[in-house]
Amino acid sequence: MAVLTAAAAGAVILPLVLIFGFLLWQGASAINVDFFTHLPKPVGEVGGGMANAIIGTLILLGLASLLGLPIGILGGVYLAESRDRRLPWIVRFLADVLNGVPSIVIGIFAYTLVVLPMRRFSAASLREAGLALGVPEWKVVLRVVLPTARAGIVTGAMVAVARVAGETAPLLFTAFGNRFWHQGLDQPIAALPLQIFAYAIAPYDDWHRQAWAGALVLIVLVLVVSLMARLVTRGRVGAVR
Amino acid sequence: MADGISVTKLNAWFGPSHVLCDIDLAVAPRAVTAIIGPSGCGKSTFIRCLNRMHEVVPGARVVGTVLQEGQDIYSPGVDPVEVRRRIGMVFQKPNPFPTMTVFDNVAAGVRLGGVRDRAILNERVERALHAAALWDEVKDRLAKPGAGLSGGQQQRLCIARALAVEPEVLLMDEPCSALDPIATARIEELILELKRDLTIVIVTHNMQQAARVADATGFFLLGELVEFGPTSQLFTKPVDKRTENYITGRFG
Repeated sequence: MAVLTAAAAGAVILPLVLIFGFLLWQGASAINVDFFTHLPKPVGEVGGGMANAIIGTLILLGLASLLGLPIGILGGVYLAESRDRRLPWIVRFLADVLNGVPSIVIGIFAYTLVVLPMRRFSAASLREAGLALGVPEWKVVLRVVLPTARAGIVTGAMVAVARVAGETAPLLFTAFGNRFWHQGLDQPIAALPLQIFAYAIAPYDDWHRQAWAGALVLIVLVLVVSLMARLVTRGRVGAVR
Repeated sequence: MADGISVTKLNAWFGPSHVLCDIDLAVAPRAVTAIIGPSGCGKSTFIRCLNRMHEVVPGARVVGTVLQEGQDIYSPGVDPVEVRRRIGMVFQKPNPFPTMTVFDNVAAGVRLGGVRDRAILNERVERALHAAALWDEVKDRLAKPGAGLSGGQQQRLCIARALAVEPEVLLMDEPCSALDPIATARIEELILELKRDLTIVIVTHNMQQAARVADATGFFLLGELVEFGPTSQLFTKPVDKRTENYITGRFG
């Protein structure tokens, strides 16, 4: 039994390790200072970087989180606290449907929305404990239930951010990509997944190498964000303040 | 100061089902009142009506009068939050706040009530832990997670948490049903200690427990208060046939 479960765990982890290893092998050689600081070179010239795409992705991620996370978390709190039975069911169902639609803001929104109510099992007894101390409901939610659910919320948010960071298809039609520095939010914006896609289907070896490097940077970015979030929330015993 | 709780014509519903029917009962101050009865008889609902915790359940409704300190806690304009501050509650399953330390668990109600002064918090926490007979066991691990304590200690932690906000009444909803006999004995000792300063209402499944700790006992059946009186009388000379059947183990 132990062997079986270990094998199953291995099978789950193996693809990530393989992908990461392959990216390192293929992409590491194209990573240098230029890659992080320079614009792409014109077609045919060797060198240049993806600085604009990295910045573009960070801007997109930041904006999407800013728009999506508050709505997602508040929606989740509402669902967990709602006394109505039917409405939460409808909202959850719609969130599941939205979840199947790849879109940058909706991705974050839906994930958080779905993850938070899963914490509900503990929220009920916590809520009672808080209320019975003579604490107003909003304070119980804000200072007891949410901090307790923090680990779950952070995990949900990270899954969402990771998913959004790698999203390519909707960007083809919305962000369009851009070979220059950021021009403003009303202009086409560069993004790592788009640049990787464009470079990977181009006929130049140098661009292929850069596409690998871009993929490596993207996965490391997601990994670092997730790790940071984990470290911030790990095993911390919180107090109400 | 304390003049107990007096309940008149109390009715409660969960959605369409009428779970408490015309309850009249007077809880004596600084005494222990036990509520016994078979599962589903409404005894938990009854004590949840005493600090307006019944209404936090979806579809729940209450009609009737509950006088505490001369004030009807159900009269319009009374803030349920204020009522719960005066009438604390301990639940069946120990439910310490899982991400908080022992200290923060006990301090939670006081802090959320707006007290920030560290000296006051320290004093209140220490006093509450002493009162809950937990201080000696946890004084060296106040900064450890409250969830790391044993079940019996967790329940006493929850009692300390309730005591820290200095209530006048403590409601206990089967506080020992998740505990072993030794932990149960400690809580029972504690109840007898606490009644010197507090009015206590305890719901219990365990008739021996009621006989050991309570001054007065009420027997509930199918949402009605069948009989209420001094504990010794209820257990030795019950007036109602149904009470007699229940306490002699003929049903329930």
